[in-house]
Formats: sequence, C-alpha cells, structure tokens
Amino acid sequence: MDDPAGPRPDPHVENELSIHHSSALYLAQDDSVINFDVAGLVDQFWANTVDGLSQGSIYALVALGYTLVYGVLKLINFAHSEVFIYGAYATWFTFYGLGFRPGPTPELAVFELIGFLLLALLAAVLVSGATAVVLERVAYRPLRNRGAPRLVFLITAIGASFVLQQLIFIWRGGNPEQAIRLLRPEPVFEVFGVAITNITIIIVLASILLFFIADTFVNRTRFGRGIRAVAQDPDTATLMGVNKERVIMLTFLIGGLLAGAAALFYMMKIPQGASYQGGFLLGLKAFTAAVLGGIGNLRGALLGGLLLGLMENYGQSLFGGEWRDVVAFVLLIVILMFRPTGILGESLGKARV
Amino acid sequence: MTTTTTKTTTSGRRSLSEWWNTLNRPQQWAILIPLVVFIYALPVLNPPILTTEPGYDFPIAMFEVARYALIAIGLNVVVGQAGLLDLGYVGFFAVGAYVAALFTSPDSMLTKLPFLAVLPIAMAITMVFGVILGSPTLRLRGDYLAIVTLGFGEIVRLLADNLEPLRGNQGFQQVGHPPGTNADGSAIFNNTDGTPWYWLTVTIIILVLMLVGNLERSRVGRSWVAIRDDEDAASIMGVNTFKFKIWAFVIGAAIGGLSGALYAGQLAFVNNQKFDVVTSILFLAAVILGGSGNKVGVILGAIIVAYIPARFLGIAEYRFLIFGLALIVLMIFRPQGLLGARQRLLTYGRQAYQRLLGKGEQISKDAPVATDKNGGQ
Repeated sequence: MDDPAGPRPDPHVENELSIHHSSALYLAQDDSVINFDVAGLVDQFWANTVDGLSQGSIYALVALGYTLVYGVLKLINFAHSEVFIYGAYATWFTFYGLGFRPGPTPELAVFELIGFLLLALLAAVLVSGATAVVLERVAYRPLRNRGAPRLVFLITAIGASFVLQQLIFIWRGGNPEQAIRLLRPEPVFEVFGVAITNITIIIVLASILLFFIADTFVNRTRFGRGIRAVAQDPDTATLMGVNKERVIMLTFLIGGLLAGAAALFYMMKIPQGASYQGGFLLGLKAFTAAVLGGIGNLRGALLGGLLLGLMENYGQSLFGGEWRDVVAFVLLIVILMFRPTGILGESLGKARV
Repeated sequence: MTTTTTKTTTSGRRSLSEWWNTLNRPQQWAILIPLVVFIYALPVLNPPILTTEPGYDFPIAMFEVARYALIAIGLNVVVGQAGLLDLGYVGFFAVGAYVAALFTSPDSMLTKLPFLAVLPIAMAITMVFGVILGSPTLRLRGDYLAIVTLGFGEIVRLLADNLEPLRGNQGFQQVGHPPGTNADGSAIFNNTDGTPWYWLTVTIIILVLMLVGNLERSRVGRSWVAIRDDEDAASIMGVNTFKFKIWAFVIGAAIGGLSGALYAGQLAFVNNQKFDVVTSILFLAAVILGGSGNKVGVILGAIIVAYIPARFLGIAEYRFLIFGLALIVLMIFRPQGLLGARQRLLTYGRQAYQRLLGKGEQISKDAPVATDKNGGQ
C-alpha cells in the first residue's frame, strides 16, 4: 500500500462514483489512448504485489464459493456475488449497530477491537451463509427436482442475482453506505521499501487460515468426503448412502460462510464498499479467479485469486487505473480460450479421494 | 416431469396455432393486415386503457416497446434459434449506438453521413464485431460461453468509459435523424415526438421478421435448430457448427446494432451510460419471458418488459426486481417461456403438418431452456 493514510478507493466504488461525477477525470488524462507505463510498473512493483495479495485473498475466498458449488452442481452460481455483498451489508450494519458512525476512526482498545471485529465477522458469516442456503432452497432445489437443463439453472441464477441486488437497492438506495472504519491502516513493517499495514496482514493471514480450514474440511472430514463423492458421481454417491440434498446445502453454506468472511475483509480494506452493485464486479472477478486456478479445485481457487489480484494490480500500473477491470476480463477470456481447465485442472471429485 | 398445468396450456396454445395454420394465405392476410394497420395507428389512436399518459408520453413509450421488440428478435436469433446464451448483447447495441453517433454527431471528428446511410453501416460494423467476438468464443459452450459474452459486454462498456474519442460520460450531442421536415420547418424525426420513430422501427421490425423468418426456414435455420438441440449430433451429421454459430452471432449482432443506432437517433444523444450488464439481462429477460425460439413470443416478452414499467410508473422502480422474480418463477414452472418454441424442421412444414393434423403437431421439446421431456403430448 503506497499511501497508508488513505488507501486508493476500490475500482468498483470508482465506477459507482463516476456515474455521479463526470468522468472528465478520465478524459483529461493523456492524449494517447492506452499508455504502457513500464517505468511505473517497475517502480510500483512491490507495492502492487502487496496490494495484489491482499486483494487477491479476498477474491480467493469468494472464488472458493464458486468452485465448491460448481464442483458439486456444475452450476455457475451467478448470485454468489450477492451472497458476498449481503455479508458486506451485515458488516456495515453491525458496525452501525455497535454505535459507530461514519467519520473519524475511533480509538479502541485492542480487546474491544478484536471483539467488535469478531462480532462483525459472525454477523457477516451468518447473513451470507443464510442467504446462500435460502437461495439454494428457493431457487435451485425446485429446478433440481424437475431435472432442469443447465442453462435453466444459469438463467435462474441470473434472476436470483437481480432480485437480491434490487432488494438492497430498494431498501438502501443506489449510493454506497458511508465508510465506517474501526481499524485505521497503519504500517507495521517494511518489505522492499513497501509499508505492510496491519489490515493487509490481517486479511492475508486470515484468508489463508480460512482456506486451510476449508481445504481440511473438504479433504479430511466425513462431510467433506460426502461433498467430494457427490461432486464425482451424484448417483453412485446416493446409492452409497450419501444424502445428496444435505451435501448440496452444506456446499452452499460453506461457500456463503467464506463469502461472509471475505465481505468483512473487504469492508476493512474498502470501508465504503457496501453498495448494491458492489458485488457484481467482485463476483465476476472471483469467478475469473476460480476459472484461472481450475474451477472445482479448492487450491486452484486460492492460487487463481492471488494471481488475479497480482495481475490486476500490475495491469493497473502498466495501463492506468481505468483499465484495471479490463485486465481481469481479458484474462478471463484468454484462459477460457486457451486453457479452460485452469492452471491446476478441474474437478473437486478427483482431488485425492 | 411435466405437470398437468403445462400440458393443458400447451394444448390450448396448440389449438390456436393449429387454427392459424389451417387458414389459407388470403385468410391469414385478412387478419394480419388490419392487425398491422392497428399496430401502426396505435400512437395516434392513443387508446384510453392502453395509454401510458399522463405519466409517460405514449408515442415515446411505443417507440421503446418497438425498440425492445427489435432487440428481442435479434437476441432470439442467438439465444432462441442457435441456443447460444449471450449475456453481452448490450455490447452490440452499444456499438450500433456509437457508430450512429460517430458518423452523425457534430461532436465527432469523423465525416458526417446521412442517418439512413448510417443504419447499414452500423449493422455492418456490428457484424464485424460479431465476428471478432464470436470467432474466439464460440468454441466454448453453455455457461462458459455465457460468462465470456458477459465479459465482452463489460469490455465494450469499459472501452466506452475509457477511450477518449468516445467521449465517456460527456457523450455525443445532436446525433442525426432521418430527413424530412414538418410544415413549420421543424424536423419530422425529433426527440420529443416518438410517432415517426415508432413507425420507422415497426417497418424495420416487419422487414427483419421476414428476413429472420426466411432464414429460419432455410438451411441456415435448420442448422441452428440442430446445433441448439445437440451440437455433437449436428456436427456428426455434417453441419458446420462453427460456421452457423458465427452466422447466428453475426445476424443477432447486426440487429442489435441496428436497434442501437435507432436508439441513438431517437434520443439524439449517446454517452457511456445505459450499456451495463443490467440492460443486457433485461434484454435476455424479454426473450426468455416471451419464449425463446418463438418470434411472436419474444415480441410479447419485449412488450411486457418495455411496456409494463411505462404503463405502471409506480412499479417502474421495481422493474428489475419484478423481472428477476419473473425469471426465477418462470424457470421453475414454465421454462419454455410464455409462448414456447414451435420449431418446424421441415421446409414445407405447412403441408406436412396439415397432413398430420389428425395426430396433432409435434411440438419441439428441445428449446434450449425447455424441460418438456415428452413433447407436451
């Protein structure tokens, strides 16, 4: 992070704002269409790396949700981005409910701070998990019972994403919630001349920890074995006594829980990020991350998320901030064209049964 | 698999279409011509219950409906006929709008051309875009294709945001319009009177419907249906799947570009707003609601999507919510849409089906989004 006092606003929020303000900002920049700022890339390399890793670990957590559901149901859960943003709203309302208001960051004792953050984590995780499970019950299960084709699932997912998004819009309006910050980013130590902030450390470490918990859960526990069995062969798994419906619900629940945790980290990094559309871009990028690493593969999601975060930040330095999202989409298209199975290959079921 | 409700509605609808097919050409024309005249007269008649006034100017609302209908017909070629789920269709619409703006607006540096000459140019350029986007992506299938088209749609939007010659939010003023002036010297095609634009669009829709209808009954249309139903089987039977998928993409793109150019002309202004994914999904909702693969169905869907928010302004704010819910409910209870695909694979379908009428017409069970496994029998 180059400027610890006020980290660069998130691109999603930037997009939001550019609707209200004019994009004269973009227009006033240079006369050439796209710049190749190689010097800037070299200059900012380590700052980008650090920022990319913290952004990427948020992508990775959301990508895990896409990957799990895809592995089990072969469904792109389009509405997962809304599951994520519901968590972000839960975080914001927890902060608000605890008496914090937009404005200067309060001075809190360490124990208080940890307690409040854990409370927000709990709220976000519960709300996101519940949203995911309700989504599965209301939208997808009736389709499964009818044996609908895959495209029907996808259209339903799009419709569900629309509905969840619009519910927030009707309730809270189009503007993002004002930033409430509990923890001010402060540099803890320096690596290669880049200050590593406390928030970056928390996000990266907690994300990796959560990833290992999820990985262990899927690969080492009884429930996880059920998930892998259904992913590999639903019919045989059912014959062997696995309750398929319960496994599917569990999969959605885990995806939702991880998205909720990601939402808290996202709100710590970008406190003004709770906007009704805020999930869409992040969701699409997390999906890109999942495909990049190999969809259906948990480790792929982690790798893909981190790689995408890095590439996006390098791309931003190279081409300029307004091309950041284009980098992610071009990456998505290139991967799908040349290596649709991703870096680590597909399939949750084959992962060391 | 099929519920009884689906069965009864299907058979009810079939009897209507059977009745239509038993009529001979003159009888069909006798019904069609007054209907078309009525459709043309709508903005002038301004019928009391149908009208959207005072909340929303009725001719403009009718133009919006016609524009959505044109888009739905174009998207239906891609989604309904060829079975390629395209979530980035708004990208082609945007390209068409920008081409119209670039060639007619005084804000652009390019040579100015008459608006009517720009329409085919807009179509040609969107077709090129269709090839550019289609040739790398159409190797993908199903939901991957959907996501990639979504990515392309977003890239087009971001290009409109970021590329300086496209003027971002500032946009292009005074986009051109077709020639002609009223008695008092004001232009016939202005941005406050929707009626001439509506007539122009309806005329274009009729032409496009004839074109698309003929394509459907041709070798191309049969290949599309074959690809939609089973791409591998079609490929084994000698259908050049890639070529016909590109064709579907390109023809859909051209129609999208055409409607984009009309939109730019009517509004006389183009900027980077209104080309987001939400709009794309709304287009898709029109096709899916009405019944993908059925031309009449998608027009009905477009009417629902464009007309209802204009007629009931109170719910306009909730329209995305309502259409999202409608998509979910429809996918559960009637995945083929309000009027399902009614594909005839025979060139001389009319004669053949009339011979078979005793047994009832075989309804296609295979629209990309249909679950009707036993053909609605």
